[in-house]
Amino acid sequence: MTDLNSLPHSDVHTEAEFHHHHMHAQNSQHKHGAHLLQVEHLSIAFEMYDETKPYFQAQQRMVDVIHDVNIAVHAGEIVAVVGASGSGKSLLADAILGIYEPNAQVSGTIWFDGEEQNAQSLAQLRGKGISLVPQGVASLDPLMRVGKQVEGFGFPRHKRAERKAGRQELFARYDLDESVARMYPHQLSGGMARRVLLCCALMDNPRLIVADEPTPGLDLQLAERALDDFREFAQEGGGVMLITHDIELALRVADRVAVFYEGSVVEETSVAAFASPDLLEHDFSRALWHALPEHDFRSKRQDNA
Amino acid sequence: MSKVLIHTIAKFLLLMLGVSVVTFVLVSLSPIDPVQANVGQAAYLNMSEAKRAQLAEYWGSGLPLWERYGNWFGDLLHGDMGVSLRYNAPVAEVIATRALNSLALMGCAWVISGVLGFVLGTLAGLWQNSLFDKLAKGYCFVLASVPTFWLGLIILMVFAVYLGWFPVGFSVPLGMSSADVGLADALHHMVLPALTLSVVGIANIALHTREKTVDVLESDYIRFARARGLSRSKALLHHGIRNIALPALTLQFASIAEIFGGSVLVEEVFSYPGLGQAAVTAGLGGDVALLAGIALVSAALVFAGNMCANVMYGIIDVRMGGDRR
Repeated sequence: MTDLNSLPHSDVHTEAEFHHHHMHAQNSQHKHGAHLLQVEHLSIAFEMYDETKPYFQAQQRMVDVIHDVNIAVHAGEIVAVVGASGSGKSLLADAILGIYEPNAQVSGTIWFDGEEQNAQSLAQLRGKGISLVPQGVASLDPLMRVGKQVEGFGFPRHKRAERKAGRQELFARYDLDESVARMYPHQLSGGMARRVLLCCALMDNPRLIVADEPTPGLDLQLAERALDDFREFAQEGGGVMLITHDIELALRVADRVAVFYEGSVVEETSVAAFASPDLLEHDFSRALWHALPEHDFRSKRQDNA
Repeated sequence: MSKVLIHTIAKFLLLMLGVSVVTFVLVSLSPIDPVQANVGQAAYLNMSEAKRAQLAEYWGSGLPLWERYGNWFGDLLHGDMGVSLRYNAPVAEVIATRALNSLALMGCAWVISGVLGFVLGTLAGLWQNSLFDKLAKGYCFVLASVPTFWLGLIILMVFAVYLGWFPVGFSVPLGMSSADVGLADALHHMVLPALTLSVVGIANIALHTREKTVDVLESDYIRFARARGLSRSKALLHHGIRNIALPALTLQFASIAEIFGGSVLVEEVFSYPGLGQAAVTAGLGGDVALLAGIALVSAALVFAGNMCANVMYGIIDVRMGGDRR
C-alpha cells in the first residue's frame, strides 16, 4: 500500500470525488491516511421548558438546534461553514471544542486525526491540537494586559519564559509592537485585536483552527489580511474551519464550502462548484449563489414566480 | 485632579451642613422634653418652678431652634463639638471612647461579611443550580428578609442563654476594673454582636456576587479561556475574580451605611456601649449636641466609604483610568 502521508489528496481521491458526504478540493490532503477533523451525524438538542405553557405547567422538552451534521476538514485546507446568523454555527464550534452546556444533549461522532473522540478527549485537545479564533475583542479579559493573556496560564515556571519568547516571536511576525503586550484590550484597534486573537491561537501550535466569525467589524482590507493569515496557516499543513455568514468572503479564501442551513449542513462542496448554480445540489446553496453581487441578486421567491 | 478634590471637599462640607441642620430640626420637632426625660417623671412633678427653669436653661430647651443651632455651629467652627448633657462630658470624648467599640465591632462584621459573602457568592455562581447553590441562595433569601434585632435576640437566646458560651451583653465583664480587662475579654464580648451583623450582611453581597459570577461565566472571554484549555474554575480564577470583585467592592463600601444602621439595633440588643447605643440614648434624651456629633461622624464614615469605592474602582478598572501605561 502506498504511504498516504506525503501524497497530495489528488493521489488518493480524484478532485471533486464524493466520499464521506463531501466533495474534495485541490488542497484537501489526507495526512496520516485520515481526515484531520471529521464530524459525522452530529446532533445537538437542548432541554428547555415549553415557553408556550404557563410557568407552573411548563414541561421540559428537547429542542433540536443542530441536526445530523456531517463535515470534514483536511490538513492544508480552509473549509468555510457558511450560514445565516442564528442557524447554530457557533454551537458547531463549541461541539468541536467539547464545550457543552449542561442542558445539551449531543450525539454523533467526531474524529480528530483518525481517532474517535468523546467529550473528555475533546476537552483535552483544547489548546493542544485544536484552537479557537474568536470573533472579537470581547473574548479578551477586559482587565488584563494583552501580553499576559496571549501567553496564557497554568504553565510551570520554566515554561513561562518559553511562552513569553513564543509570544514575542508571534508579535514580531504579525507586526505587533512589543508595547501592545502592555496594553489592555480596550486600547486595541480592530486590526490589532484580530492579530492578538490569532496569536492566542497560534501560541499553542494547533493543527486545526476553528475560526468563529473572525472578520465582522473589520474593513475589507483587514478582513482580507485576516484570511491571508489563515491561508498561510493552512499552507503550513494546518486545517482551518472558518465559520462565517459572509459567502463572498468564504468563496474568496476557502477551498471548500459547507452550506449550513437550519441547523444542518445541506451541502459540502468545493469552491469551484460555486461557479455555476447547476453544480450546486441544494436549493439554499443556489439561493446563496443568486444572492452574490456579481450574479443576478434574485431571491428564491422570485425564482419560483 | 485638583478640580475633583475641590468638588469632593465641597460635597463633603455640604453634606455635614445638611446632616447637622436636619438633626437639629428633627430634635426640635421631637415631642420629648429633655428636662422631663432626664430627671424622670416623679422628680419633675416634685420640682420647684425655679429649679425647672434652671434645668430648662441648662438643656437649652427654651431657646429657639436657630439660636441653638447658631451657638452649636459657632463652637463647631472652633473645633468644639459641644458638651453631651446626658453623659456630662465633651461630645468629642464620648464619641471617641464609643467609636472604638463600634468601629471594632463594625470593622469585624464588615470584613467577615464581605469576605464570606464574596466566597459564598462566587462558589454558588460557579456551581450554579447545584445543591450548594440552592442552600446558599436559600440562606441568603431567608437572611435578607430577617430583621436584624430579631436575629440578634435569637442568637442571644441560643448562644448566651441556653448554651452559655458567650456573655449576655456589654463590651467588658461586669464588675471588673477597666485596667484588668484584656483583649480576650473584649473579643469574647464582641463575638455575638459581630456575628449578628456579619450574618445579616453576607446575604446582600453573596447574592450580587453570585449573579455577577454567572454573568462572567457566560461571557465571551471565559468561553475563549476555556477554548484555550483552562478548566471552568481555572478560567474563573484567572479571568473572573477581578471582574467579579468590581461590583462587590462598590457594594461593600456602599454597605457601610447599612452596617451602621444595623449596629444601632445590634448594640441595643446586646447592650453594647457603642455609637449606635449612644445615638439612641441621645435621641431619647434630647441630647442634641451628642446626637448631631454622632450624625456627623457616621455621615463622614459613610462618605469616606463611598469615596473609597470610587477611588478603588478607578484603580482596578483599567478602562476608567484613561491611558495610564
